Amino acid sequence: MLALSLLVLSAILLVGFTFWRRRTPASFRLIGAYERLNRSVGLAVENGTRLHISLGRGSLLTARGGSALAGLAMLRRLAERTSVSDRPPIVTSGDASLSILSQDTLQSGYRAAGAEEQYRFTTGRLTGLTPFSYAAGVLSTIHDENISANIVIGDLGTESALLAEASDRENTSLIAASDDLSAQSVFFASSQDPLIGEELFAAGAYVGAGASHEASLHVQDILRWLIILAILLGSLLKIVGAPI
Amino acid sequence: MRVISLVSAAFAIAAGVIVLLGYFFPDQLGTLRVLLLDWAVIIAGVAVLVGIFNLAAVQMEKFRLGQKGGTYGLLLVISLLITFGVGLILEPANPYGQLYMQIAINGIIVPVEASLMAILAVTLIYASIRLLRRRVDVMSVVFLIVAVLFLILIMPTPFGPLLGDRANQAMVDFLRTFSGGGARGLLIGIALGTLLTGLRVLFGVDRPYGGN
Repeated sequence: MLALSLLVLSAILLVGFTFWRRRTPASFRLIGAYERLNRSVGLAVENGTRLHISLGRGSLLTARGGSALAGLAMLRRLAERTSVSDRPPIVTSGDASLSILSQDTLQSGYRAAGAEEQYRFTTGRLTGLTPFSYAAGVLSTIHDENISANIVIGDLGTESALLAEASDRENTSLIAASDDLSAQSVFFASSQDPLIGEELFAAGAYVGAGASHEASLHVQDILRWLIILAILLGSLLKIVGAPI
Repeated sequence: MRVISLVSAAFAIAAGVIVLLGYFFPDQLGTLRVLLLDWAVIIAGVAVLVGIFNLAAVQMEKFRLGQKGGTYGLLLVISLLITFGVGLILEPANPYGQLYMQIAINGIIVPVEASLMAILAVTLIYASIRLLRRRVDVMSVVFLIVAVLFLILIMPTPFGPLLGDRANQAMVDFLRTFSGGGARGLLIGIALGTLLTGLRVLFGVDRPYGGN
């Protein structure tokens, strides 16, 4: 019952904040990685290099699919913004369903920008179905495709260290976030501006994906405060010996 | 085109809502939820074939255009076709089929993945060493100190734990209190992000299945 209440509350807040945000756009705190991401998009279009977006290997049939969906929302916006570029972005993933969705999302982005003829299905790639085969496939993309920035957002494990190392060797930007704790610690050690925890889900809002993404951040803040209050209240009740 | 995208969105949203409500009302919607999930699993299975076709197409294009690594791409596609053919022609119970799969897995896949694992270990150490060159702040210093301290504490030595059994365990528990709390905080944040992302998809605001 508690879970259903939380779900309904989140839905109501999301709808309410989305309408509110359509009227008054939000201003966000500065996150270094997303600042760099927006700069990298502009630079890639100007100097004729590619963006490489990797969505990880989170299966959409599991709870790990959430980060992949957040990555797809960001990809949709990036595809629109880079549609004027001679070199379209390359999207890699380690899950078959995710790679098909990445192709769909790329096509939608180009269509929305009026440049559907730019779309090639080989720019949305499945690189491998196991963690290391996925990483091995992504490595060749980072090394061989004239990439200027690597955006790695999704579900990855420790194999993400190989991606970070390859990006460093090619002297390209790395903007990386994962829902996996081991990958987060890898990125913390190997990325210039690491994205930690739920910052992954802010990607859409920071690339201008719309009012609903901005509203999501507000709802997350409200829910986080509610959870903090619940934890404090629970601790207090435990201290005074109340039955909980 | 617009009608198709609206219909596909309506189907996707309806399926999502039914599966979600099925968790809360298993008696009323449980059977329908399981049926929809079964369909999703079948579609995901077909998606693997489509994905492998995409992988082969990308590698063949690399070879055709004479791009760097194109020859490896061709080798990959040939290996893929042979393995796929052997899997189709020889049944899993066939001893020759089993032998081929054993050779493919134990002779190629396992050694290659083990090599990558070894490279990964070196890469992680190298990344940790360079952390302070990349970014000098309080959090990086704390991260490194805790990581090194934790590794020293769990390191096996000929004399047993470095600080003695009880002191070592107390120190590990002390560090685990902070790392456990931090991990829970991160996971709560990720869970909230996932919840809101899922709701956006259910409302049809984000449509990763195209037509948005």
